[in-house]
Amino acid sequence: MKKSVAVIAACLLFVSGGALAAGKLSIYHWFEYIPQELLDKFAAQHDVEVTMDTYDSNEALLAAMKGGKVGQYDVAVPGDYMVEIMAAEGLLDTIADGELKNKGNIQPEWVDVSFDPGRMHSIPYQWGSTSFTVNRDAYSGDIRTTAMIFDPPAELSGKINVLDSQGEVLALASLHLGIEQCTSDKDKLRALNDLLQNAKPHWASFISDGAKDVLVSGEAAVGMIWNGFSAKARSENASLEYSYPKEGYLAWMDNVVLLMDAPNRANALLFMDFLLEPENAAAVTEFAQYTAGVTGTYELLSEGLKASPELNPPADAPPGTFVAVCDQATQELYDAIWTNLKK
Amino acid sequence: MNKSLKDIRHYFGFLPITILCLTLLYGPLIIVMIYSFNDSQSITIWGGFSLRWYEDVFFGLEAPKFKKAAFNSFSIALMAATTATTVATCAAIAMVRGGQFRGKGITFGLINLPIMVPEIVTAVATLIFFSTIGFKAGYATILVAHIAFCIPFAYLPISARLQGIDESYEEAAVDLYATRLQAFFQVLMPLMLPGIISGFLLAFVISLDDFIITNFVKGAGVETLPTAIFGAVKQGIKPNIMAISTLLLFLSIVIVTFSYLINKSGEKQ
Amino acid sequence: MSASSSHPASGKPHGVFAGLRNWLLLPSWSIICIFVLAPIAIMLVYSFLTKEFRGGVIWEFTFAAYDQFFLNRGLFGDEPVKIEWTYINIFWRSIWQALLATVICLLIGFPTAYYIATRPASTRTIWLFMVTVPYWVNLLIRTVSMKFLIRDNGPINEWLLALDMINEPIHLINTPIAVQLGLFYSYLPFMVLPLYASIERYDHSLSEAAADLYASKWFTLWHIIVPSVKPGIVAGCILVFIPSLGAFLAPDLLGGAKNFMIGSLIEEQFKGTAGNWPFGAAASMILLSAVLLVLMWYARSTSRARTKRGRGSE
Repeated sequence: MKKSVAVIAACLLFVSGGALAAGKLSIYHWFEYIPQELLDKFAAQHDVEVTMDTYDSNEALLAAMKGGKVGQYDVAVPGDYMVEIMAAEGLLDTIADGELKNKGNIQPEWVDVSFDPGRMHSIPYQWGSTSFTVNRDAYSGDIRTTAMIFDPPAELSGKINVLDSQGEVLALASLHLGIEQCTSDKDKLRALNDLLQNAKPHWASFISDGAKDVLVSGEAAVGMIWNGFSAKARSENASLEYSYPKEGYLAWMDNVVLLMDAPNRANALLFMDFLLEPENAAAVTEFAQYTAGVTGTYELLSEGLKASPELNPPADAPPGTFVAVCDQATQELYDAIWTNLKK
Repeated sequence: MNKSLKDIRHYFGFLPITILCLTLLYGPLIIVMIYSFNDSQSITIWGGFSLRWYEDVFFGLEAPKFKKAAFNSFSIALMAATTATTVATCAAIAMVRGGQFRGKGITFGLINLPIMVPEIVTAVATLIFFSTIGFKAGYATILVAHIAFCIPFAYLPISARLQGIDESYEEAAVDLYATRLQAFFQVLMPLMLPGIISGFLLAFVISLDDFIITNFVKGAGVETLPTAIFGAVKQGIKPNIMAISTLLLFLSIVIVTFSYLINKSGEKQ
Repeated sequence: MSASSSHPASGKPHGVFAGLRNWLLLPSWSIICIFVLAPIAIMLVYSFLTKEFRGGVIWEFTFAAYDQFFLNRGLFGDEPVKIEWTYINIFWRSIWQALLATVICLLIGFPTAYYIATRPASTRTIWLFMVTVPYWVNLLIRTVSMKFLIRDNGPINEWLLALDMINEPIHLINTPIAVQLGLFYSYLPFMVLPLYASIERYDHSLSEAAADLYASKWFTLWHIIVPSVKPGIVAGCILVFIPSLGAFLAPDLLGGAKNFMIGSLIEEQFKGTAGNWPFGAAASMILLSAVLLVLMWYARSTSRARTKRGRGSE
């Protein structure tokens, strides 16, 4: 009995005093989006103990924050529209002028962005596109159409994976129908709902974190996916091809934001400065295979990545569309369509 | 006579079903074990025998993450099982030695409530509870939740053991002027020990095993082995996960063997 | 499960520790009341709260969560009220899958438990050890092993392809069969152990007596052995049915999007992109009610069996 008390006491000591580093940094990040080496480098450089939890969609990040995780994390990496929503919800802290010494490294076109004018809460992380990837062994026809997901050829039925991501699925479906986002026209919304309801029987799964794995392993022949993740999938299974559909595809930019009530605010700012250094931004890009928003990174990239087909849309591809932020009444209609799809 | 007795007991087809049952139980585990020694980046193509994935588990890039998760898992399981076993031992003495009393049935139901409520419901209720009272999710929330649902698992073997111990032991001790504390620690507890150890081991394994409640109540940066493994598996089954699985499989075998030996020595007494 | 409450206190009503009874019960009472019972009560309250736009709740009383569960008011809430079958169907499907898993576990578990219980004492321990080990192996790891095994490019398909027994992989993952397989595999040990405990106590002279009266062996099995070990069968069924009903890992890892069970539906409300805490709380309450109904039926049937048996022996 005495022994077990001693063991417990030792455990408690270990838990409470386990951290040897001077400071801490708590990151809430997308899965598989930053190399461990880079986190280790930051930890060594600033003598900080870095912990990271992961999420798999912008909406999951929002749900966690609204569900009581405020004050637990220092930084997160929401996509463009989610930065705007989180700022409106009061979940983001403001970065004062001069707090980031590398702010000047942000590429000029990404400084004054609509979702965070003047970059008050965020810095660019990576940007890329969302569309889908097809296993060419399973289908050899034309893949540059969103019909591959929403009105698939018979031989692909039941072999399709869709991202578990409300914003991206509904926006891509709107592109397929050619309707604008954030419409409150009920006929158009019903058409959108019908499209998804009719497509659902053809879908095998709603998986985001395993989006690469289901394609590589052959579990899915078509899978909605992000361009860089698809490039990683192709390196494991050469018959995978990313599509830039003629109807359009989604563009996005993920951003490192300073969260409200960050327990280690100073370290969070150090981390943001760290990620704005071209060398480190390039390390993320090499790992995740998207595109950085920091000047001076492109020169540091490998030739293979620069030429990757996922990063270089064909000349006739339309420009990517960003997910729009709707007002509450409209968003509730879209939420109803998504709930109806998932149930 | 002996042969006919055997014939009466014997049912045709039961042996094949038993073998089928064991094959079903062990097949997947053994295959994962075999593939954990696979010297190939791809998980399905056999590339020769190697221990590289075990090396990866202990020294690879993800090693710190899994080590931390393992530390959390084992320290939580140790503390939760110790607390639950202590609480359950007290409860077992009261229930088995306390005579008939009003509310005995309700108390029994209460102690066993965590077994009867589906885990997902306990998980949701605990999450809402901590969020309502404003308790910050983290290591402590996992520990508290684990203590609560480990109590019945510790209670059942302990009370079963106590029911088999005659009351005259502690009565004799008290008659010989032992205090109740002495009667417990020097007489009853040694007799109950096999039950207490079984209860502790069961609670320990149940805590180590838990995924769904932990997943709901864990806070920033706190992972246990199951949540860490689940997170990794969602992105695809990798060979290092198979190596971790095999290690945990061996740990289970060690624990079962240990608990068997304890029970055997208990029977002899 | 109700072993200790069924035992009348043997010996004197006032034992050595009887005076300390309430103090000894205090820790378990308080821990379970505070950390299990109170949370369930708060969850019940939560299921009547209003969901806030974009997550979170407002402390305003409403039936909206239960309304959403049972009633369909059209996509945008402006159509005549119909019954919402979606969630009821998910519940039915879950109950059906859990029942099927229970039956399959029983069909495989009973012969196994019987076979082991009739081994000579020396080898019985080894057999019992063999079926106990999987019970102690992490459930997540067992589910992952199953997922690995039955994948399209998993070992089973690779071997069958290599042996030319099939031309293309058998597609199991993300089908109801895979979920069924996962449930069965997860909870089989829960069935074997209580069955074994009960069959071990079975008095085989009853079978002998039946044989002397020219009863066939299968008649004996069905009319004598099964009724005698019924408590073990019922306990095993409950231990398989309840966790199967609320299972999360098997449907999530093996089932994909279309094979939703209650567990995944509830989890989605708290983690996923369609988050709705009050609705998740309501679904949990409905699941809990279903389970309590099963347990009440169990308690009633065992107490009836006990009174019957009690009268018989008197």
